[in-house]
Amino acid sequence: MASIRRSQHIAAQADDVWALVGDAGRLAEWFPGLSDVTVEGTIRTVTLGSGIPLTEEIVTCDPISRRFAYSITGGLLRHHRGTIDVFDLGDGTTLVSYATDAEPDVMALVIGGAAGAGLRNVKALLEHDSTSGATQLIEGNT
Amino acid sequence: MGRRILFITTDQQRYDTLGCNGGVIGRTPVIDQLAAEGVRYERAVPQSVVCMPSRSTMLTGQHQATHGVWMNGVPLPVDAPSVAALLRSADYRTALIGKAHFEPFMDPFERFNENRVASLGTDTIDAPQFGGGTGPHRGFDHLRFATHGATGWLHYAKWIGAEHPEAVGDYYSVVDADLEVNADGFGDTGAPQVKHNAIPREWYHTDWVAERTIEWLSGLDADDDWFCWMSFPDPHHPWDPPVSELHRVPWRDVDLPAGYPESAAERERLLDEKPRHWRLWYDGELVSNYEAPTRWIPASMTAEQVREVNAMNAIEVELIDEAIGRVLAEVDRRGWTDSLDVVFTTDHGELQGDFGLLFKGPYHVDGLMRLPMIWRPAPSAGIEANVVTAPVGLVDLAPTFASIAGLDAAEWMQGQALPTTDADADARGIDQQLTSWDSELFGVGVYLRTITRDGWVCTTYLPGAVHDGTEGELYDLAEDPLQRNNRWDDPSVRSVRDDLIAQLHDSLPPERVPALELEAPV
Repeated sequence: MASIRRSQHIAAQADDVWALVGDAGRLAEWFPGLSDVTVEGTIRTVTLGSGIPLTEEIVTCDPISRRFAYSITGGLLRHHRGTIDVFDLGDGTTLVSYATDAEPDVMALVIGGAAGAGLRNVKALLEHDSTSGATQLIEGNT
Repeated sequence: MGRRILFITTDQQRYDTLGCNGGVIGRTPVIDQLAAEGVRYERAVPQSVVCMPSRSTMLTGQHQATHGVWMNGVPLPVDAPSVAALLRSADYRTALIGKAHFEPFMDPFERFNENRVASLGTDTIDAPQFGGGTGPHRGFDHLRFATHGATGWLHYAKWIGAEHPEAVGDYYSVVDADLEVNADGFGDTGAPQVKHNAIPREWYHTDWVAERTIEWLSGLDADDDWFCWMSFPDPHHPWDPPVSELHRVPWRDVDLPAGYPESAAERERLLDEKPRHWRLWYDGELVSNYEAPTRWIPASMTAEQVREVNAMNAIEVELIDEAIGRVLAEVDRRGWTDSLDVVFTTDHGELQGDFGLLFKGPYHVDGLMRLPMIWRPAPSAGIEANVVTAPVGLVDLAPTFASIAGLDAAEWMQGQALPTTDADADARGIDQQLTSWDSELFGVGVYLRTITRDGWVCTTYLPGAVHDGTEGELYDLAEDPLQRNNRWDDPSVRSVRDDLIAQLHDSLPPERVPALELEAPV
């Protein structure tokens, strides 16, 4: 099993970062290459840009520690766990990390790599940086 | 009307696979003729020995440190500088047909333009441009993409899946069930990445790339200026040419390459003279990069497998040569021959049996570092045929294309227009090339910096997973053309080594900060 971590320092309040990344239904606002996201209870169904559907189980959504964890079930993956942590740095800024553990190993890099682009999207969206090309990023053009 | 440019690239092709470079396995009469009429480069060097960084150098005219694509899986920013965009701004029609690979292939999200454009059904995608504004993706009006097989999201895969679905499964599966590079072999010897492919030749991707190129050319007006990058996915593995073509090069008749020591003891002795990652990979104890099968141990490779791989590779090169011939015939039919510059090269080489190894990785020796490169200038330019021995690089292509178009090299380009003679190289101070390797895969980091100059190739290692930063390689290219004698620790050439290292450090551009992120395996 392989483990990949991506992170971003964001000039925004931790509550605002959490409001975006901790809301399972808002995934398509920041994670690249998704054509559809639906949530029913603890099951999130995601359709990738290529049309591949994924079923995910939401394992943790803890607004106090600001931790969101989920697992993709089925498909190529023998194991998957994605964990997003939002850390309040105490100065009005936030560190957000996205860890991906997966087997086969290659899938950790495929998902974790996209997650890195997703965190850049979060940064662009929340820092309201009009020069960052946030719209393009959201469309997947990194 | 100006000079048109046909830029032909292959993928992972060795210098010695062309007849004009002394190759004897496959026949390449079309490319040999271009060499006879133009300039043949005997020491063309890539700035990286893997696809994405190397191709990014071709497009941007920049070193890896500057464009930032430091390993496969790191996407070139969509608004990176592009020589195609520069040419388009000078009213060139622009096309990229075949393998691009500035962005990762392994992209089930279809978040990269290269993987989206076929699904969109458009000729190109409007995207941010270097310097601001928007325009066609990387400056190309027309995109038709293909890679090594029939699966995925690119145009070729969609075409064959729709038109000839029965042929999709005939291709070798590049990756296994775990998405690792496949180690299986389905030829006669069990060599990895070899398969007898039942696909009819006319459906194979080499011919598809040529046909799509002819199709695009046929839509141009006679007086259009154009830049066409025709990019063949072969002879990169998998080695699965159409089975109908195997008669061209019977593998049992192929001599073992000079770089392959038949004795295991000799292979091990040679590898042990090099930095330790060489032997560790050979023994299957270290896989530093995604570009070779993780489940394949090079030490297990037999001489018969080396013969079969070399034969299959030569067959793929022959098919490319014939495909180029068909495109040039169309150019001639349109009356463009006299105004057409043809540049032929590849992104990097292939070990293909050297030292008992296959594929590629952090190994800066001729198998990966000496490229076939030919520039057949437009006959109307009056440039005489020649052979250039001075070191030139893929970083020099973008300024060459600008020069052909009558444009000044852009300020963001870091190379120089290719010299047409050694005297021209001398006059312009073209005397060295730089090559870098960086890889970080699941905690294993490997970092090389290399200079090719004065008949030497000198590689330094930065601290990494298996290096402490003191290791290196130094080869005399004239006396040791197979790079078997590592003179890094030879006191008699200590001053040569020190001078080369100093020159290397003086020449390397600063690294892009912050570094771009690795976003996929490949």
